[in-house]
Amino acid sequence: MNSNHEQKCCCGGKGGASNMAKLDEIMAKYQGAKGALIPVLQEAQDAYGYLPKDVIVRIGEKMSIPTSQIYGVATFYAQFHLNPRGKNIIRVCQGTACHVRGAKAILKALEDTLKVSAGKTTPDLKFTLETVACIGACGLAPVMMVNDDTHGRLTPEIVPEIIGRYA
Amino acid sequence: MQHVRAHVLICAGTGCTASGASKVEAALREELVKKGLDKEIMVVETGCHGFCEMGPLVIVYPEGTFYVRVQPEDVPELVESHLYKGRIVQRLLYKEPVTHESIPNYNELSFYKKQMRMVLANCGHINPEIIEEYIAVGGYEALGKALTTMTPEQVVDEMKKSGLRGRGGGGFPTGMKWDFTRKAAGDKKYVVCNADEGDPGAFMDRSVLEGDPHRVIEGMAVCGYAIGADEGYLYVRAEYPLAIKRLKIAIKQAEDLGLLGDNIFGSGFSFRLKIKEGAGAFVCGEETALLASIEGKRGMPRPRPPFPAISGLWGKPTNINNVETFANVPQIITRGAEWYASIGTEKSKGTKVFALTGRINHTGLAEVPMGITMREIIFDIGGGIPGGKKFKAVQIGGPSGGCLPTELLDLSIDYDSLTQAGAMMGSGGLVVMDETTCMVDLAKFFLTFTQAESCGKCTPCREGTKRMLEILTRITEGEGKESDIALLESMAKNIKTSALCGLGQTAPNPVLSTLRYFRDEYEAHIREKRCPAGACTKLAGYRITDACKGCGLCTKTCPVSAISGEIKSQHTIDEAICIKCGACMAKCPFKAIIKG
Repeated sequence: MNSNHEQKCCCGGKGGASNMAKLDEIMAKYQGAKGALIPVLQEAQDAYGYLPKDVIVRIGEKMSIPTSQIYGVATFYAQFHLNPRGKNIIRVCQGTACHVRGAKAILKALEDTLKVSAGKTTPDLKFTLETVACIGACGLAPVMMVNDDTHGRLTPEIVPEIIGRYA
Repeated sequence: MQHVRAHVLICAGTGCTASGASKVEAALREELVKKGLDKEIMVVETGCHGFCEMGPLVIVYPEGTFYVRVQPEDVPELVESHLYKGRIVQRLLYKEPVTHESIPNYNELSFYKKQMRMVLANCGHINPEIIEEYIAVGGYEALGKALTTMTPEQVVDEMKKSGLRGRGGGGFPTGMKWDFTRKAAGDKKYVVCNADEGDPGAFMDRSVLEGDPHRVIEGMAVCGYAIGADEGYLYVRAEYPLAIKRLKIAIKQAEDLGLLGDNIFGSGFSFRLKIKEGAGAFVCGEETALLASIEGKRGMPRPRPPFPAISGLWGKPTNINNVETFANVPQIITRGAEWYASIGTEKSKGTKVFALTGRINHTGLAEVPMGITMREIIFDIGGGIPGGKKFKAVQIGGPSGGCLPTELLDLSIDYDSLTQAGAMMGSGGLVVMDETTCMVDLAKFFLTFTQAESCGKCTPCREGTKRMLEILTRITEGEGKESDIALLESMAKNIKTSALCGLGQTAPNPVLSTLRYFRDEYEAHIREKRCPAGACTKLAGYRITDACKGCGLCTKTCPVSAISGEIKSQHTIDEAICIKCGACMAKCPFKAIIKG
């Protein structure tokens, strides 16, 4: 990979330029498959934590898709991220059921605990705080997900303790 | 096969897992080994029972004893008392919210009594990761019957006669849709299952996929045979990792048994399924946007016609139905269209699964025959409103739907009656609201959602919802103008008629329906700068009741010195100075300061 890209990499070497072999492996799996762009982006993001610029450029070159088009797809879907993300992803539900059971107060408690606003990552890259529209666990509203764990029946008081388990 | 004397069913759905079901299961297995009961008692992980609020749920068969909110600490007692001595553990039984009566048996719960569980029949009763359990309860019989005894035309006819209508929201007759795709010209056709359940407050599709994935797969295969497709896609939200995992297992098992793949049942019919994970865009629930997303593009809708039945995935004829629709197919084929059409109302047949959430005692999934009243769902099945509060309205159909007030509680629920009342069936999310919910704030909430999820392709949706949201925001902040209501109404009508897809066309519904039934709340916000529900913080006024002991704590807390009064006598708040921060209310030891 290009060495001048390497200098711009800010993810501490986790994703970025040093290792494109993983990406090539992912693309090889989908060679010739129709509609493969989104699965490739999903797996690339799993591998690198986010979608660095050089990953997007390389996908474009290998799959013969204009970079602009990949950028369009990556920015359309909420799931794709162009910046580094925290080690733990917190997704706090703001769906209807959670809304009527006090989701706003949960979000505020999270923002106060982590000292970042929704959509942002803590400076130590430990947590990314995101809002989602519904995770379909309305029976336990208000809810949030930390990585793949669902936490339900939340109160603002219990939030710091749950976060503490992941710190 | 191993014979056991009892089965212990543990719900392994998302709700119960979040409440700690896997720890309960581990503790149970360990305890059974310790007591030497592990050979005679079988632990089964099941899908969702739909009573998520009370999870983790444990059911002991053959008695059918229903235990709720079971924790790992409860396990030794449960094993010792119930499984060893045969005595029911009273304290873990469910207690009815009104009578406080303990109910030992699953079928006796008021939550289940009025339900007609057909689509959800297997959910919570079979292990979704074992295909044999599905086959044992009659699974894949419909596929066998269709492939070996019926022609594709007969299958389509049967679907038409059943009167099944699309469960995703639109309510289009399913048989007719299949017929269009079957008759469309082309060798290559596709079946697509819309499992992009994006409506906030709806989770029935998730439960079916997690609890009974084979039912959906079978429905899709029958559809493939009927329309002449050999390939299908399941488009599933990435937010549903457990559903995706169980579907992958189910597809693999069906392939291994030859229920998917080449020459199924020796009929010459071949069918394969692939899973596509969504990437987080609500608009992808719209069929043309969903197809664009499968093709790897931005999920933006396109004008129809041509409908997907003529030109869908990669330009080929494509039949798209949602999860619940496909899940209805096997029973229609095995038990016949006539039987199915005998359930429900004249124009809406069968059952519908509703997701009951919000301010209600029993949160969960309720499957009921069409034509039931809202009162039965909310008060009989749902157990009414908690905390002694009063029912105010129910939002049906998510951000595309509308609300129904108290006066319409006795409305018979079907596709047409709901549309007439200004709401819609939608996916079947029911969010119950009590007197503390502000209807203007609710409309704002939904519009915030649709506005954020608008794909931006057409102007009415992109710009129109943004302007409407601005107006609603200023009304909830006390800056509303007298002309705002008329402006909202005219914009809503314009957006409904001119937006490109279902998202934009239905986005104004929550505003229109709250205006229709709760106009006085809008007027109170605009004219009196008052929020009757006390929910809009910028409008919330505080007052001190006669519970005040005159301790003076509030005067010290108030940052703007708006509170005055003699020590040991009732204090008052000067509304002109008050900045409505709420600090005094939080501080008052006597709960003498209230909002509104």
